[in-house]
Formats: sequence, C-alpha cells, structure tokens
Amino acid sequence: MNITQLPFIKEIYGFLGHDLVAAVIGILIILVFVPLNSAFLVWVERKVAGHIQLRPGPMEVGPHGILQTLIDAVKLMSKEMITPKLADKFLFWLAPIVIIIPAIVCFVVIPFSPLMQVREMNVGILLIFSFSSLTVLSILMAGWASNNKYALIGAVRAVAQNVAYEIPLLLSTMSIIIMTNSFKMSEITAAQSPVWFIVYQPVAAIIFFISTTAETNRAPFDLVEAESELVSGFHTEYTGMRFALFFLAEYTNMFIAASMGAVLFFGGWHGPFFPGLIWFVVKVYALIFVIIWVRWTFPRLRFDQLMNFAWKVMIPVALLNLMITAIVLKAL
Amino acid sequence: MLNIKTIDDTTINERVYQLNLGPQHPSTHGVLHLLLKLDGEVVVAAEPIVGYSHRGHEKMAENRIWEQFLPNTSRIDYLSGLIYNQGYCMALEKLCGIEVPERAEYIRVITSELNRISSHLLGIMAFVMDIGAFTPFLYGFDDREHVLDLLERVTGSRLTYCYNRFGGVRNDIDQEFCDGTRRFIDRLRGRFKDYHNLITENIIFIKRTREVGIITEETALEFGVTGPSLRGSGVNYDVRKNEPYSVYPEFDFEIPVRKEGDVMARYQVRMAEMEQSMNIIEQALDNLPQGPVRSHVPRFIDPPAGDIYFAFESARGAVGYYIVSDGTRIPYRIKVRTPSFSNLFVLTRILPGNFIADAIATLGSIDVVVPEIDR
Repeated sequence: MNITQLPFIKEIYGFLGHDLVAAVIGILIILVFVPLNSAFLVWVERKVAGHIQLRPGPMEVGPHGILQTLIDAVKLMSKEMITPKLADKFLFWLAPIVIIIPAIVCFVVIPFSPLMQVREMNVGILLIFSFSSLTVLSILMAGWASNNKYALIGAVRAVAQNVAYEIPLLLSTMSIIIMTNSFKMSEITAAQSPVWFIVYQPVAAIIFFISTTAETNRAPFDLVEAESELVSGFHTEYTGMRFALFFLAEYTNMFIAASMGAVLFFGGWHGPFFPGLIWFVVKVYALIFVIIWVRWTFPRLRFDQLMNFAWKVMIPVALLNLMITAIVLKAL
Repeated sequence: MLNIKTIDDTTINERVYQLNLGPQHPSTHGVLHLLLKLDGEVVVAAEPIVGYSHRGHEKMAENRIWEQFLPNTSRIDYLSGLIYNQGYCMALEKLCGIEVPERAEYIRVITSELNRISSHLLGIMAFVMDIGAFTPFLYGFDDREHVLDLLERVTGSRLTYCYNRFGGVRNDIDQEFCDGTRRFIDRLRGRFKDYHNLITENIIFIKRTREVGIITEETALEFGVTGPSLRGSGVNYDVRKNEPYSVYPEFDFEIPVRKEGDVMARYQVRMAEMEQSMNIIEQALDNLPQGPVRSHVPRFIDPPAGDIYFAFESARGAVGYYIVSDGTRIPYRIKVRTPSFSNLFVLTRILPGNFIADAIATLGSIDVVVPEIDR
C-alpha cells in the first residue's frame, strides 16, 4: 500500500507539493537568521547609543566590539534560570517560548526580494498582525506568573497599550490595503514600482511608525519595562536564557515592524542598480536606526498621556486618513 | 503641628496594595526606601523610610579632634562636599575668632560654586533620566567631568574633598586653574543651548513636568523645605542672600525664583542657579585679590567653651552646623541640619493622588542625597 495514496497525506503533499524542500530550507534560514540578526541589532543599538552619547560603545570583543553580543549570549546561556518560589511555574516557563514563536513565524511572509520569500500568502499582512498580537499574551503571562508587583504592573500596562495602539496601526495599514486591493506582501511591493506609498500616504506612514514603536514597546513608549519606575517591568524576575528570549523577541519584533514599514511605505525591494535584497535590507536597517535614534533622544511618556494620545489623537486621525483615502479612490 | 497622613492610616484591601520602592531600585538614588500604597497606579499613601546608610557622623565627631572631623564633612553630602567643608571651617572660625585672608575667601567661593554646578548637573541629569531620557545624563556627566578635573587640580580629590582649613584653604590656585575655569564656563554656556533644545523644550518633558508634584508655598514652609525646591515654590530664600556669609555680599547675583511649585519649576530653578553660579565665579576670578591663602593658625585649635549655629547654602538647601564646645580639643557635640531630610518628607503630602510615574519624577526633582539624610 502506497502511503502517499492515503487521503490526508495526499492532501498535505498536494498542499506543499514541490515547495516542501524550499519551505524546509526557508525555515532553517529563518531559524539561523533570527538570533544572528538580533545579536547584530543589539550591537547596532549599543553602538548607536554610544555614539549619540559621546562614547564609543562596546570596543573589546572583536573589531569594534562586534562579537560582544555573542559573548553576552554565551554568558546568558551559562547562567542559572531562577524561578521565583511563589511563581506560577508552568506559565513562567511558557511565557518566553510563547513570545519567540510568533516573532519567528512572521518572517515566513516577509519578501526580502522578488524571489526570497519563504511562503507567499494572500493574507500575508493579516498573518503578521495576528501573530504579533500574541506577544501581548506572553507579556501578560510573564507578568502574572512572576508574582511580582512590578512585573504585574508592567504586564497590565502592556495589555492596555498594545490594544490601544493596534487600532491605529491596522487603520493606517488599511489605507494601503484599499489602495492595492491586496493583503499580499509581494503585490503591495509591486504596486510601488514608480512611486513609494509614503508619497501618497505620509500621514498613514507617521501613524504606522508611532504605532509600531508603541507596539514593540520601544522608547518613548516603553512603559512596559520603564526602568526608572518598574525596574524592568514584566521580565523583572527572568534570568539567563529565558531573559535572553524576551530580548531576542524584542529585536526580532523590531525587525518585523521595520520590514512592514519598508514594504508598506518604502517600496520594499524596489530600487535602482542593486539587487532587491540589498535595497530591502538597507531600508529595514535605516528604519531601525530611526527607532534607535528616537529611543535615545526622547524621555518617556506617562501612562495616561500614552493612552490619551492613542484614543484621542491617533485613532481619529487614522480614521480620517482612511476615509479620505477611500473617497479619493472612489472619485478617481 | 504637622498634619502628616501616615502610611498606617490607609488600610490594605482588595483595591489598595503595598509596594516597596527601594532600597534596591534603579531610581531611588542610592538606598532610599519609599513605602507606597497604591490603588492601581495611583499612590494612596507614601512614606519614606530612611536610615539605610546611617554612618553616625555626628557621633564620630565626639571621638576625634576638631581638625579630624574635616574629612567627615564632605562625606555627609558627597555631592556638595566642598560647601560642607567650607561651612564647617567658617563655623569654627566664627567660634574661635580666626581671621581668614581675603584671597582664601574668594577661593572658597570659587570652589564651592564649582561644586554647586557639578552637584546641580548631576541632580538635573539624574532627574531627567528618571523621566526616561538617558542621553542627557551622559552629556551632563561629560560637563561634570570638566568640573571634577578642575577641582582635582586644586584640591587633589574628585568627590570627597578636604580642601578648606581653619583660617584658609590648603593650596593656592594657579593661573592654569583660572584659565581652565573660564574655559569651562564658556563651554557650559554653549552647552546650555543644547540642554534647552534637548530637555527644556521637549514636548514630552514639558508634559511630564508641568503641574506635576506641586509643592505649594504653605506646604513648603510647613515642612521646612529649603534650597531649589523652596525657591521653585515661590519663596525667595537663599542663605547666601538672606543671611550672607563669606564674601557673597560682594558679588552681584540673583536668586532665581519660580512661582509654579511643580517639577518643571524646580528644574528651571536649578538651571538658572547654575548660570548664577557661573556669574559669581567669573566675578570672583576678575576680582581675585593677591596675598596668602591661609592665616597663621595653631596646629591644634582649642575653641572657647560655648556653642554656635552656622547656616549656609548647599546645593540642596540650607545647612546648619550646631557646634557645642566644652573648651577641649574634642568637640562636645556637632549637630548637622541637612536639607534633604525636610525636602524628602514633603513627599508624604504631595505624592498621594499622583501616578507612580509622577512619584518618580517628583522624587527626582527634589534631588535628595540619601547619605545626607541619614548622616
């Protein structure tokens, strides 16, 4: 009896088809890329912060300290993973795993170049949104399970903040979607071949940028881990590799947010002379540089100001922008 | 009678929980312990718990000769050590009737005002860091480094100075110090533009500091708040002007006062005070008299029996030494009145009803030095 003749295997085989090999290779590349990219971004952040602050940043390990984060990762791996006595042990163990998986999954649909995309999906944008929303679940789990007041305050803040900022984020993306009539990342990129969408949608781009900064809990919206108030917020009790996973997820989410920004507003892999991959990576890292720059320039908002800003400014402006886009498109 | 609502008056129930902010916490500036009762993120009651860095300076004074207490003075408030140093010497000089050469008085003022600038720089930048901006902190430290280099050149130390002596100062200042100080003042004036761009005019900073943590004039007077925190509440009181000591009457300077009483007002008072300190230093350098820097004082001084209270203005407010001598070489009692203690306890009044983030900002704006509270 041929095993491939079984109905459900046939179905799976038909679904994956000859893409199976490509998918496996793609996933392997992602699994290698995510930690290396995060390590590189941590180094970039420390270096940029250092130069902004009139100091050189890490210099000791490797040329200009480029291996510093790898050494830090080795140190974190060798550290004991302490679980607080009164913590909810299962949730405490689960939270770092829950935060890292959606971050990795989102990479599947990111178009690095016309050819380099692990899986083309007709709901690519929605997949990223739905998976990155899971981050907040993990933060709440971590905060609750730690049984620490600072962690719990941080987690509660995270939930309110992420719910509030997801709405303007989706609304600003929606104005791009109704321009392209597609959720496909590749089609959105292809639609920007002469002019980038930031020219048509500057307001949406600004809203998108602010909302993603808030969604990824970066300064000035880093109330979730506000150091001067909450020690380190939801991951106060985490040590060793578990802490490193939260760190890894933060930088991976930053990369995903920046790639979304590049795809939606900056033409993805479009650009003259160089191959698409180079253009895409350059755009993403330029956006990440801006996020880092903002972090080391601005003070932190207060929580009620943050919420007021989302509900009273961002959402009305995003709605208005969406309406104007729809009217203009209908009129054309 | 002070009407302080203590932490025990509030009961813990389903809504209210207790949070120990410190003694190990990133923004308690050392080992301050704030016991907070919170309803969600709103402070219901607050109580500072002090004493974690009590070293018993006042008791130490009773076991050593007068001169040996000099190094202790700069360790009471380690951020304005030279000012405490100067105050102790002036108190004893007053008690014993020791004459101080005029050049020494000028040098004392120059070094003390430099010390005040370094203390305010650290205070402001640590406060800005509490609000979440990390970069200005390092800019401020970069400037402070120049002050410390200058002071190291003349005093030999960078933080816990022992420079003033009974009847003068230890070393004379040289031309290079004077030139370096002028260069530093020019540099700092230029840097102030950057600070105003980066901090004072930043919309988030304004939102975080305006009408937050308001100390009214009555509250400030009730709790005995002094220093920039008092002047931020609209009271024009500075010991340097109101009860002049040393050669301060010879200089033309203003006491910055703000009416608002909020966190921003205290920040602005400190910024303006640094500019005034720079004016004082420039005038002192211009009119620096020649002559000795130390009068002839016996190696061991024997003050007459009696007591004296001497007040002076540190970077944090009015400090007072109450010195009792029984006519021997060993102090009978030295009591130090330090400003941060009074300034800190005003928190019990102004924190309730504020968010925890505002509590941190308010604590930072009062600029306490914990070892000075505990002594």
